[in-house]
Amino acid sequence: MSYRLGIDVGGTMTDAVILDTADNVVSKVKVPNSSDIVSGIQTAITHVLQTSGLPPQRISLAMLGTTQVTNAIIERRGLSRVLAMRIGAPATTGVKPLASWPDDLATWGRAHSVILRGGHEFDGRLIAPLDELAVAEACRKVRGTVDAVAVTGVFSPVSAQHEERAAAIIQEELGDVPTSLSHQIGSIGLLERENATILNAMVIQVAKRVVQTFSAAIRNSGISAALFLAQNDGTLMELDYAQQYPILTVASGPTNSMRGAAYLTGLTDAVVIDIGGTSTDVGILVRGFPRESAVAVEVGDVRTNFRMPDLVSLGLGGGSIVRETARGITIGPDSVGYKIITEGQVFGGHTLTFTDVAVSQGRGPLGDPGVLTLDEAFAQQAYQIAVNRIVDAIAQIKTNALPIPLIAVGGGSFTLPDALPEASHIVRPLHYEVANAIGAAMAQVSGRVDKIYNMEGRKRDEVLAEAEAAARAEAEAAGAAPDSLVLVDVEELPLSYLPGNATRIRLTVAGTLRAWEELKAES
Amino acid sequence: MSWYLTKDDLIPIALGAAVLGTGGGGDPYIGRLLAEEAIAEKDLLVMDVDEVADSEWVIPIAAMGAPTVLLEKIPAGPEPIIAFQALEKELGIRAQAVCAMEAGGVNSMVPLATAAHLNLPVVDADGMGRAFPEVYMETFHIYGLSGTPACVVNEWGDVVTFRAHTNQTLEHYARAVTIRMGGHAFLSHFAMQGTDLKRTAVRGTLGFAKRLGEAVLRVEKTHRDPIAALLKAARTPPYGGADIIFVGKIVDVQRRTSGGFARGRVLIDGTDDYFTRRMRIEFQNENLVAVMDERPVVTVPDLITVLDRENGTPITTEYLHYGQRVTVLAIAAPPIMKSPEALLVWGPEAFGYSYPYLEPHFIRANNPEIEGR
Repeated sequence: MSYRLGIDVGGTMTDAVILDTADNVVSKVKVPNSSDIVSGIQTAITHVLQTSGLPPQRISLAMLGTTQVTNAIIERRGLSRVLAMRIGAPATTGVKPLASWPDDLATWGRAHSVILRGGHEFDGRLIAPLDELAVAEACRKVRGTVDAVAVTGVFSPVSAQHEERAAAIIQEELGDVPTSLSHQIGSIGLLERENATILNAMVIQVAKRVVQTFSAAIRNSGISAALFLAQNDGTLMELDYAQQYPILTVASGPTNSMRGAAYLTGLTDAVVIDIGGTSTDVGILVRGFPRESAVAVEVGDVRTNFRMPDLVSLGLGGGSIVRETARGITIGPDSVGYKIITEGQVFGGHTLTFTDVAVSQGRGPLGDPGVLTLDEAFAQQAYQIAVNRIVDAIAQIKTNALPIPLIAVGGGSFTLPDALPEASHIVRPLHYEVANAIGAAMAQVSGRVDKIYNMEGRKRDEVLAEAEAAARAEAEAAGAAPDSLVLVDVEELPLSYLPGNATRIRLTVAGTLRAWEELKAES
Repeated sequence: MSWYLTKDDLIPIALGAAVLGTGGGGDPYIGRLLAEEAIAEKDLLVMDVDEVADSEWVIPIAAMGAPTVLLEKIPAGPEPIIAFQALEKELGIRAQAVCAMEAGGVNSMVPLATAAHLNLPVVDADGMGRAFPEVYMETFHIYGLSGTPACVVNEWGDVVTFRAHTNQTLEHYARAVTIRMGGHAFLSHFAMQGTDLKRTAVRGTLGFAKRLGEAVLRVEKTHRDPIAALLKAARTPPYGGADIIFVGKIVDVQRRTSGGFARGRVLIDGTDDYFTRRMRIEFQNENLVAVMDERPVVTVPDLITVLDRENGTPITTEYLHYGQRVTVLAIAAPPIMKSPEALLVWGPEAFGYSYPYLEPHFIRANNPEIEGR
């Protein structure tokens, strides 16, 4: 029998789980983060192996979900200096690259941004031939002063030709300086895609370190497994791919817990609520995957458009501090975090938290309800306020009025009542507290297409089949077993004022990791 | 009264213009970035229609084409300036001000960037009072002006000049050229003198957009109800009053393209005061009619805007989806947009509906200020 290891590095805790080929949870641990992420990961691995009693050699696959890349962007730490190259002149020169970025982040790229001739029209015609000499000259100018290059061509999701040609020239001129191409990162919407691509280039070095420390922690534990990183649509990337497209790991945390919730319950269509110590994320599973957000998503105050789960986030968690103010009762957004186990009143502490309020209303059992000296009316009212916020968030994320189950995960989910309006019933799976690490260990791979198609004179089915074939090819390239691939999402958006009933098609397929299928077959 | 528009006014104007976009008109975001760059240096003078001398020339400027293309193939910047100057040259005139064609969506921003670059004032007026799908759907056309000569310009500075026997023909030709230019281009047309401007323009639409946006942004800071603030601002002249016509949750959206237009309808099931009721809003790029329990309640050219119920942000037809909690705001168009001649061009029947324009008397009734005028 072979096993896989899932690790999730969160804001305050690192969780680890080991699953067997039948997806049973063999062992699980939660350890508080130390200032040193590597030792946190290593401690988690050591403990989870010990609990399982398995020798390290039995772990065949290891998956990591991490917020380190996100944190580097938010904290502007350890970023790379980027040559931001846009291909599209004379169009697009009205808004320069990084124009609307916060200064402290733009400083990593603004000095080296260029707009060159080239790019395509919506129907694949050229705006201009690619100015190859200008690509080479831009490279020569920045040689030795940049660590990465970000290339964004107009309508590259329709034709990637110019981005790919530019990448070849960049390699000739700058050697193996990492180069990020926008068509592999985002969809239609030049500025948002360009922003995501530049951010990606900026975190390339950070990602390299994450991958190195993860690999080192794994090797040091005696494990010789194939390694993967979780990405924000709930699927995996091989480490090589992850080092090229680290921006895709942003927001993998909430996605992992939603995928974990799907796995633990067997439900494919449900609302998932993940209540942690400080915050709550509410998302929705559609055919087993988190629904993606349709609007621009900001990362570190920069507008982007890459795949992110649609989430409603509340500043409400088990450790949220409860206060009575002139304006009424407030709960959060500040929290005692992981100190809940010493500071919460049910644990003998002196801070009134949402956990204390929930325990007083019969949730739990947890700590010692006997020590609580809460006024009953106050506690009832506070609890109701929190529940109302949660109900509103569920209503907001739902796709229709039909009753839908609610899966409750995360350490703080015990605070929920037995029934809620908007939910047909509440499912509380076993291992709910490590759902995110379980989600990271889901051996899923996806492929995706987001392009404008000309529908005129063509059958709709035929166009959709073409799009699906392209998405399948991408998933297989990422390591999916072809037979396992299924269509998880398709969206058609007709575009106004364009000939040929131009339609934007977004389509995602997902399946199982080929390596995992093979291991399962062997055992 | 003329006033100065600063860089800080662009965010509220863009937000107000999205309300006036009535579900279409294109996202003002890119337009705002272009205008920001132009206005950063120097504040922009905004003139009232009455302050334009009878003999002075103004030129309405607009972007035309697919909003999706604008988001991907961002303009070079000088296109609208070239369009403005090409039309001046064609007519052998010097224009003294820039005017808007369309108050809703991205076209609220285009004249601002143009005027700032040309160092000219912008007139607080436009030809639509909202967003409409075709370029002849303008009061300038309705009240007898010729749209041509007109110039269409792309990112290369290529200029195509039109002379057409009708304004509908101009729309037809300009649309074809825009597609050859990559699906998006800039247009100068309806060059006119002060006398004609005073007779035909929808007045005060820029200031109105600014007030709508400011109302929402002001309450955002104090966490009060943005929709109540928006409604209060929307009830001010030059528009004919406003009301919330529905509150609910989207239960179905259908879209299709035909003839280059994004057509469709959204169904909203009522909540709160509208519990058990259902609203259907039909759109062709922009929202056209609102039908409650199978009875039309607001019709084009009055404005129907779907707002996010929580924060009051307008939702374009492209971004409507199942499950959104929404509030529907209706604003009565100014009287100049509702004459019999105007309704022939943009009343419900002009969009293929079997029923005529419906005067939303409930909107007038709640607006004594309008009633007394």
